[in-house]
Amino acid sequence: MIERQYDVVIVGSGAGGGTVAEELGGLARDGKKVLVLEKGPRFADSEFDGRELSMAPSLYAEEGGFLTAEGTMTLAFGSAYGGSTVVYTGTSMQPPERVIRGWGVPGLDFSDLESRARKYAEENGVHLLPPDLLNENNRLFVEGCEKAGYKAEQFPINVRGCKGSSLCNLGCPNAAKQGTHRVQLPAAERAGVEVVTRAEALRIEERAILVRVQEKKPGSKGLPSEWAPGEYRIKAGAIVLAGSAIGTPALLLRSNLPGLSKRVGEGFTCHPAHILAAEHARPITNDVGHPKSFFLDRSVEEGFLLETCMYFPFTTAKNLAGFGAPHSKLMHAFPRLQMILVLACDKAVPGNRVAVDRTGKPVVHYRFTPEVVASLIRATRASARIFFAAGAQRVHAPSADPPLLERDEAPAIDERIHGRHFKEGKISVSAAHLMGGCGMGSGPSDSVTDSYGRVHGIPWLRVADASLFPDSLEINPYLTIMALAGRAAGKLLEDKAWQ
Amino acid sequence: MARFFPQNGLPCLMPSSPFDSVRQVFRSVAATVVPEAVRLDEQGWTELEQIIAQALESRPAGLRRQLALFVRALDLLPVFRYGRTFQGLDAARRNAFLLGIQDAPLLLLRRGFWGLRTLIFMGYYGREEGRAETGYRADPRGWEAPR
Ligand SMILES: Cc1cc2nc3c(=O)[nH]c(=O)nc-3n(C[C@H](O)[C@H](O)[C@H](O)COP(=O)(O)OP(=O)(O)OC[C@H]3O[C@@H](n4cnc5c(N)ncnc54)[C@H](O)[C@@H]3O)c2cc1C
Repeated sequence: MIERQYDVVIVGSGAGGGTVAEELGGLARDGKKVLVLEKGPRFADSEFDGRELSMAPSLYAEEGGFLTAEGTMTLAFGSAYGGSTVVYTGTSMQPPERVIRGWGVPGLDFSDLESRARKYAEENGVHLLPPDLLNENNRLFVEGCEKAGYKAEQFPINVRGCKGSSLCNLGCPNAAKQGTHRVQLPAAERAGVEVVTRAEALRIEERAILVRVQEKKPGSKGLPSEWAPGEYRIKAGAIVLAGSAIGTPALLLRSNLPGLSKRVGEGFTCHPAHILAAEHARPITNDVGHPKSFFLDRSVEEGFLLETCMYFPFTTAKNLAGFGAPHSKLMHAFPRLQMILVLACDKAVPGNRVAVDRTGKPVVHYRFTPEVVASLIRATRASARIFFAAGAQRVHAPSADPPLLERDEAPAIDERIHGRHFKEGKISVSAAHLMGGCGMGSGPSDSVTDSYGRVHGIPWLRVADASLFPDSLEINPYLTIMALAGRAAGKLLEDKAWQ
Repeated sequence: MARFFPQNGLPCLMPSSPFDSVRQVFRSVAATVVPEAVRLDEQGWTELEQIIAQALESRPAGLRRQLALFVRALDLLPVFRYGRTFQGLDAARRNAFLLGIQDAPLLLLRRGFWGLRTLIFMGYYGREEGRAETGYRADPRGWEAPR
């Protein structure tokens, strides 16, 4: 076992870890040793080829096929230098005041969070796409919403020099998307923060981490690790966990630290989602242009969000319900497809949690509550109305049986799309907004950390990622994660206790 | 093991398919899930199967065995209803049988079929030709790509 010593070690380099790394750049400039450990690899720009079957397995955990323990939902999260920000779509939403206040976390000041989120939005070049760069998939959504009596809103996005490849979720091939791999991590490295990739934190001990550095497999994508493969024990003054809503609780559960709250792993939420498609009579621009420029927020009224989206052939095929000729016909109508992602605003409930198996691998337990199913049904019905109002000829709704609704069935949407057809294991549900597991709160009986991500009772241990959310955010989360991570880093710099 | 050139163009050793022992049944299930698969030649099938094998390579051996068992069960189960194995059924009955499995009261069966159909879609639409057939044209050059 090789021994190393650092002042601060950050585990994970995504929205949370990347932000902390940048914020601790000053420490590094002052001669302190700051290290980021990232399980995934670092990619050369030339490796982003936009091909589904070469990029997804390289960028996503479990090759994009991470299933819940019940086997009824797929969870998508990245594992790379930059974490999920390498594969996110870059929609950049401010923390929602209603939700943050509703969390009731003592000491979590909304205006502080908001101003931090604004700072990162600026740093990431967040702006609205000009109208001439919007594709028809997005424009039809706006038109459909208007005709169906809804008001679509435009997503601010964080791209610079976007060519409209539509391949955001396979890692932008044009380096346009401003994830932490483009902005915060390079800034941190310039300041002297060390980032080691292919380095998995196996266990936390008292002010130390056990780490395994993996060798690059022959023929696989990504650069080799900066360190020689092997096992390391790294001593640290402070440890900041930012391995995501799955990675951080799993690491803590593997570590069995004395005094840790029993709440670790609890409170997991994820905005369960369906991908819906509708067929138009003519080809539309869908697989070119930024895929996600508009949304409809019905979180307060109906517990759901609708977002424009466009996926790749295999992802689309797997998410459409059914098989055989009707499925195939829709797949072969790809240039005529309009797509909407429907997301349910789920709530933290007992039982939905992150655990680890005998080997220490993360396992996510998730059951769909009746409220989540009802939200997905309402969202699917609303989407069907929007699709038809936008001129679609037929709509594919997973919770309809058969799943294809013809235009003349529009008046029967409520009857055709129904909760009785929501059969787990039959229809595809996926999620990419993974939240909770180390929620903030007032003490160890109700939470894992305080509002600054300080783990209750362990002054040298911090959390700075999506696992901090005590409940669902009800909107796309990355800017809120960065704001919380920025807060955690700020407090770490202020605190003397760990030094 | 033979050498195989997957989507990323990098040569690697060809992993063995979990469906080697049930190849014919697997192919008839796959052609029911994606009817266009009946037109695949031997090379097309090999490519489809290799994409699946590659995806499953890092998964536990137990999972690969379960998949092969599930395909074998799909062949035998129709005997109780139709008096014939899956392979002995005509296309319409194959379709009807799989619709029943997809809707089965038992979550285990529904999940098994969902997983299998996912792999079949991956194999079929993961091929260059399968992708091209759909008309999907995304290109890293985006708006600048010729269309
Ligand atoms: C396809 C997709 C699209 C999305 N689009 C958007 C969007 O448009 N807007 C938005 O706001 N949000 C979006 N999200 C969500 C957003 O990307 C995440 O919420 C956010 O990145 C989570 O930040 P995080 O720091 O918690 O985790 P991540 O960004 O996932 O980073 C965690 C990192 O930690 C590493 N890690 C885990 N465990 C260990 C360990 N033990 N040792 C070492 N390293 C470890 C992982 O490999 C990973 O790289 C999207 C997500 C996905 C998957």
